[in-house]
Amino acid sequence: MKHRLQVNGSPREVDAEPDKPLLWVLRDDLRLTGTKYGCGVAQCGACTVHLGGQPVRSCSVPVALVGERPVVTVEGAQGRVAGAVRAAWLELQVPQCGYCQSGQIMTAINLLTEIPKPTDADIDGAFAGNICRCGTYQRVRAAVHKAAQSVGG
Amino acid sequence: MPTEANARLSRRGFLRSSAAAGAGLVLGFELGCSTSSSSGAPEALGGTTPPPAGATMNAFLRIAPDDSVTIVAKHVEMGQGAFTGLATILAEELDADWSQVRVEAAPADASRYGNALLGSLQATGSSTAMANSWQQLREAGAQARAMLVAAAAATWGVPEAEVTVERGNVRHPGRGLAATFGELAARAGALPPPPVEGLTFKDPSQYRLIGRPEALPRVDLAGKLDGRARFTLDVHLPGMLTALVARPPRFGGKVTSFDAAAAMAVRGVREVVEVPGRGVAVLADDYWAAKKGRDALVVEWDESGAERRGSAELFAAFRARADAPGVVVRDEGDAPQAIGGAVTVIEAEYELPYLAHAPMEPLDCVARMEGDRCVLTAGSQGQTIDQGAAAAALGVPPERVGIETLLAGGSFGRRFTLDGDIAYEAASILKAIGGRAPVKLVWSREDDIRGGKYRPMVLHRLRGGLDAGGNVVAWQHKIVVQSIFKGSVVAPDLGDDGVEPSMFEGASELPYAIPNLRVEAAQATTGVPVHWWRSVGHSHTAFATEAFLDELAAAAGRDPVALRRELLRDAPRERAVLELAAEKAGWGSPLPAGRARGVAVHKSFGSYVAQIAEISLRPDGLPKVERVVCAVDCGVAINPDNVRAQVEGGIAYGLGAALYDEITLEEGRVVQSNFHDYRALRIHDMPRVEVHIVPSAEPPTGIGEPGTPPIAPAVASAYRALVGSPVRRLPFRRALAGGAP
Repeated sequence: MKHRLQVNGSPREVDAEPDKPLLWVLRDDLRLTGTKYGCGVAQCGACTVHLGGQPVRSCSVPVALVGERPVVTVEGAQGRVAGAVRAAWLELQVPQCGYCQSGQIMTAINLLTEIPKPTDADIDGAFAGNICRCGTYQRVRAAVHKAAQSVGG
Repeated sequence: MPTEANARLSRRGFLRSSAAAGAGLVLGFELGCSTSSSSGAPEALGGTTPPPAGATMNAFLRIAPDDSVTIVAKHVEMGQGAFTGLATILAEELDADWSQVRVEAAPADASRYGNALLGSLQATGSSTAMANSWQQLREAGAQARAMLVAAAAATWGVPEAEVTVERGNVRHPGRGLAATFGELAARAGALPPPPVEGLTFKDPSQYRLIGRPEALPRVDLAGKLDGRARFTLDVHLPGMLTALVARPPRFGGKVTSFDAAAAMAVRGVREVVEVPGRGVAVLADDYWAAKKGRDALVVEWDESGAERRGSAELFAAFRARADAPGVVVRDEGDAPQAIGGAVTVIEAEYELPYLAHAPMEPLDCVARMEGDRCVLTAGSQGQTIDQGAAAAALGVPPERVGIETLLAGGSFGRRFTLDGDIAYEAASILKAIGGRAPVKLVWSREDDIRGGKYRPMVLHRLRGGLDAGGNVVAWQHKIVVQSIFKGSVVAPDLGDDGVEPSMFEGASELPYAIPNLRVEAAQATTGVPVHWWRSVGHSHTAFATEAFLDELAAAAGRDPVALRRELLRDAPRERAVLELAAEKAGWGSPLPAGRARGVAVHKSFGSYVAQIAEISLRPDGLPKVERVVCAVDCGVAINPDNVRAQVEGGIAYGLGAALYDEITLEEGRVVQSNFHDYRALRIHDMPRVEVHIVPSAEPPTGIGEPGTPPIAPAVASAYRALVGSPVRRLPFRRALAGGAP
């Protein structure tokens, strides 16, 4: 079955079973491997992408339900907020193994887009579904605050 | 029969003393075989520009005409910062500028890249990366620096003594001559390397990179921010098939027969093959097809030899084992007699569950044929064993197996096994399809949680005696736990009554001055495969010993920090971290109502750690850890910011397990399956962590693991202080909240 998608600003067509999760379409069909598999059941957040401007767990979104809503993955995340998030992540040396960080970064970009000056509670709420087994949470929190400062000028 | 002598063996010592012979014998190959593989460099650098070739200065260093300095890392980068740490050591002695430094993963070649602290196997473990590379890479850097100086002196016709090196530039100040590393590399690389004995090393006061207080930028970060970093799961090769394996529902089960019809009917499924000793593999065009195919696969299992007991029955068996004598691994004074004569006797049993490692990147390995060679691509933590395991599966000599080591998405010990399980599975599947296509083996998260190789379940039984003055006069400790090494290439002859260090490390070297002290270990036997998990034996011995000491302090009416300080009179480095942590945490200063502090001290992997945890109580009765103040002495802190990061992460890893996680069995089947019921620490559980590093000129020791052991007992200590009752079972969720997730 053919699906027409908008991924990182480009039209893409894939031939896939309708129940195939967006995660595996991105990774195995489109070779956008920045979006990671961690659990397959929307529990860990490693597969977080933006769908129609909202963060979703791409492992649990069947490709048939994506429709025309734009998909943005970590490879395609651009703009002032994305730049500020990456700069803060680098400055505070957030990642360790780095495997979950695509999802952390996509969550951060969405949070700062919606709440430019988040509190610790806002951060904890937004990132509650993003597991990091390396335990970088303290630096994630600090980097979100730092990115918020730099975006706010 | 084991004696007190091997109580002093560490895991690393144990491996050193027995690994070489064992691996050579059982896996049928000799250590020191020299194999090279095509370089994993582009992947190792996270998919960024491949490092230029350039002149080879030694096994660890190339310098290219473009001035790039490529450092060859023999340790996998799995998040612990090894690439950056190794590069820091070498670049310091080389006097390179940090901006020129690149890192690539070494090929599988134990003769050049063996770990001197792990039986010369090429492996990353026991938190040894810095300790085993420190002198080796200082020499590699100083040697290359001397070669650059000699090349410059020869080029310019000046004495070597007049040539200076600074930040990648070689100069003759007197004559105003200058050259870059890149300009000198070809000539320098052609010179004979000077003998190590004649090398001069920097005085630590001249260090620009080692010990720098502000973070030295990690070499592996850029690709981790935009999706370019390449992990094994990200590998796609022409014609590659993705394989998922159906494994027995109970440990020890075997395949009787299977019906592949339904699996083969799934679109994209190409083949279904048996993997000897492991299960049945479904190979498909991609992950989703392989998963659906495996879901549809029908397998009949022979469970006649499988483990059928549940966790409660296993603990009952452990208790029965604790009633029989174990092997005494440390004996001072006469502990049983001193207990008999004590004024107050405290007894406690501590129960700790099986734990899964659950690294974020599931277990995976790509195997392919290149002519008559097999090439594995994996975030391998144990290349030499993986090489041997794949060779055994394929029936070829290990020289014909190469490994491209990629970044690993976490490991915590899981990717370094004594049987090379993942490499073996991948190579077996490759063999089963005649090597006709590259195979990417993937474990789903469910496979990972239910796949065994757990941190062992363990029972600790302790008795302590106090005299009339409240002094601790006796300590008797018995540990019942499975052996990690039993049946492996390292300890093929360990019987059911034998013990080895992973069973009691951290308990046998209790640092407290207690005159009558006996530690015994007894082996439990179950069908559940066990493995090392971040901090190995220390992950449970620290909990039992420190939580029990805390109970003794309470019984004696003593402050737990004051009591430890007194008992650490012969252990100055433990005492120093304790005092530093207590000072920085404001131990003894008033806290708001509903808060309390707890303490733990533990040495592991050569490093000394003290933690003060400050907690409140959550509405559900579990402790909320607000703040952890940690003091660490790990010798020279090569990258202080990474030391802090590893301790922050080690605390998070240990705290998640302490609060929430356990693998339990019912009738031999694992109950948990994914992150909904194997919860892991989340961001809102993360305390504020402060890490204070003790300045030291001692050689560097471990930092990946030592942050983990003290957190559970420190939180238990705070919980006892706040609520008044001890915690004797982990996780806290099970002990306090009846186990509801």
